[in-house]
Amino acid sequence: MITYLQNNSEVVLAALRQHIALALIPVVLGFLIALPIGYLGVRVPWLYHPLVNVCGVLYSIPSLALFVFLPVLLGTKILSPLNIVVALTIYTVALLARTVADGLRSVDALVIESATAMGYRRVRRLVDVELPVALPVILAGLRVATVANISLVSVGALIGVGGLGQLFTRGFQLFYLEPILVGIILSVLLAAVADLIIVLIQRAVTPWTRFAGSRA
Amino acid sequence: MITFDDVVKVYPGGGTAVDHVSLELPTGRTTVLVGPSGCGKTTSLRMINRLISPTSGRVLIDGQDVAQQDEALLRRGIGYVIQHAGLFPHRTVLDNVATVPVLVGKTRREARAAALGLLERVGLDPALAKRYPAQLSGGQQQRVGVARALAADPPIMLMDEPFSAVDPVVREGLHREFLRLQQDLGKTIAMVTHDIDEAIKLGDVVAIFRQGGTLAQVGTPQELLADPADGFVAEFVGRDRGLRSLSFDTAADLPVKPVPDDLELDGAGRPVGWRKTNETVPTGGTFTKTDSLRLVTDLAILSPVGIAVRVGEDGAADGVVRHRDLVDHLEARRSS
Amino acid sequence: MNLSYLFDITHWQLDTAGSIPQLILSHLWYVFLALAIGTAIALPAGLYIGHTGRGSFLAINAGNAGRSLPTLGLLMLMVTLLGLGLLPVLIALTVLVIPPILTSAYAGLRSLDQRVVDAARGVGMRPWQVLFKVELPMALPVLMSGVRSAALQVVATATVAAAVGLGGLGRLLIDGLAVNDYSRVLAGAIVVAVLAVLLDLVLALTQRWIVSPGLRVTR
Repeated sequence: MITYLQNNSEVVLAALRQHIALALIPVVLGFLIALPIGYLGVRVPWLYHPLVNVCGVLYSIPSLALFVFLPVLLGTKILSPLNIVVALTIYTVALLARTVADGLRSVDALVIESATAMGYRRVRRLVDVELPVALPVILAGLRVATVANISLVSVGALIGVGGLGQLFTRGFQLFYLEPILVGIILSVLLAAVADLIIVLIQRAVTPWTRFAGSRA
Repeated sequence: MITFDDVVKVYPGGGTAVDHVSLELPTGRTTVLVGPSGCGKTTSLRMINRLISPTSGRVLIDGQDVAQQDEALLRRGIGYVIQHAGLFPHRTVLDNVATVPVLVGKTRREARAAALGLLERVGLDPALAKRYPAQLSGGQQQRVGVARALAADPPIMLMDEPFSAVDPVVREGLHREFLRLQQDLGKTIAMVTHDIDEAIKLGDVVAIFRQGGTLAQVGTPQELLADPADGFVAEFVGRDRGLRSLSFDTAADLPVKPVPDDLELDGAGRPVGWRKTNETVPTGGTFTKTDSLRLVTDLAILSPVGIAVRVGEDGAADGVVRHRDLVDHLEARRSS
Repeated sequence: MNLSYLFDITHWQLDTAGSIPQLILSHLWYVFLALAIGTAIALPAGLYIGHTGRGSFLAINAGNAGRSLPTLGLLMLMVTLLGLGLLPVLIALTVLVIPPILTSAYAGLRSLDQRVVDAARGVGMRPWQVLFKVELPMALPVLMSGVRSAALQVVATATVAAAVGLGGLGRLLIDGLAVNDYSRVLAGAIVVAVLAVLLDLVLALTQRWIVSPGLRVTR
């Protein structure tokens, strides 16, 4: 495996770079889109259940089906990386919009009432109180979305754009184990590192959660 | 002064929460709204800072209709304390207390400095300032809640069952703290509770609500205990209200008898105990002129010889009261 | 949008090899097999860990680790190791079923109100009675969410498995792509998406049916 890596370092690195971009751009885009949608699901209470259902349906569409279906909707070429980015963004939104809504709904009503009674106006209350308190739930969702995205990118190799997935198809065609193993290990490692980074960010920005539950 | 002017609150579901309530909460005093659950007391309280709007009628603060004022600005000028405190879990104790000062435009540094002083004021160790609410006990959280409400020095404080989530011993301490603070600060306080004893202990004025959102009676604790308006109030106030009403009368004009010989005194004239045939038994406590008649009664009942001992400011015994002297005094007071 | 393949009646004959109904049936068969084997392995393990608390570390991290496995890589690894055929693919699919069910069975038991478990012991239930009459019924909502995500994972991966020679609906996608028959690709994408959504719906209804109404009235 080491020799394979030495002989193919450029190919592997290029695949890794593409993999990171294909997985993480959708995380960022999806997060930004999911925030207002999730908020809407809380602000307008009757929207919550339809939101959850639509997200559930979107998330249940198999990735390969979504990858090949998007060119019809977007008018992109079937081999365009844009299909992967859009598809993974859709999954991220489907996962996070619900998480954002659940996170905001989990904020203790008494806390919101106190903030209102102290004279917070709606927007500032959202930014200063509700979002920070919901952050642990939202970041937990972000971890799931990030890890899922990193593993899903590979499927794109079947339509020609799949980051590390290209190592799988190459190994499979040549009946050659090394690239497949390298691809799997790098993909799992990448997911673990990304997960760890989010955990560290979470520790840094939500220090109070370390004490939650220490008292009833 | 906070004024309820013929206030009605009907919920869309059809229930009437508050039914034509007119009430005045005097400035600088504590007014306690008390009653069984569903009597409209909390709804009334929340109409003062516009968390709820009345269906009809007006709520006025110093003659100004609250409905005419900017919601957020109105609320920043009214402290609000609730059960379980409603602290912000993501902010330290210090930043919780600093919330409103920052909202009204103080710098964070100024607000924190002032907050630190407030923590001491409500009896909290300043070492707790850097902790998060989840690291505090229920009683400590409640104190932080009070400090947070006081932070912008609002003339008015609303307190919704502020002490009901803590155990009786802690509650006792918080009550003392509350009375001490209020003596210093003289805020206009509206407090809601379902506990009539708490109402009588803390309130200058007590407004008793009954189911359906109407006022049953408004008065000082003494008035409610001595002269309940109807059966509902009498029942609500409780059976031993006669005895409890003695809490509000001091022993100032209670006549005392000279100290008898069998009370053993030390060199400074302080009582040591009652001399019996071959031993001396402790008196079990003494009272001063400022103590309540309830305490005197209690001491007379518990005393091994049925006599309560009064002491002067120097601690020296200056008189005694027997059971029958107390009864005579109460009898005389009633006929006068 | 070219839907001619999807709406061509000849592709819907039940008795024609490779027709859409046949592909649906074989797809469902693979999904069922993987779910059944995976559940048979993961459920007892998850219940054991949740009930005893031994091996929690494994159960907590299985879900995350499983999610991070690239499915295509796993499939191709198995086939490269074991050769073409149903068995290697089935192993890969089963490997993907285990983590979500293991984690949810564990989390379901752990999330229970311990007072209820105490009460069950207190009224004299034996350990297996506590597990099957109290813990398992109460853990069902969480457990079923794990089963649902496992089912979706398998439907999606079985589609991808056409690339390593498996039958099922993935054939339409993979073969369509190979011969540039986009109409066929689209038919495959639509049918498999609808199948996944319907399967999730069926599982959601099953969940509603088997979970006690008493557990639904939360808050």
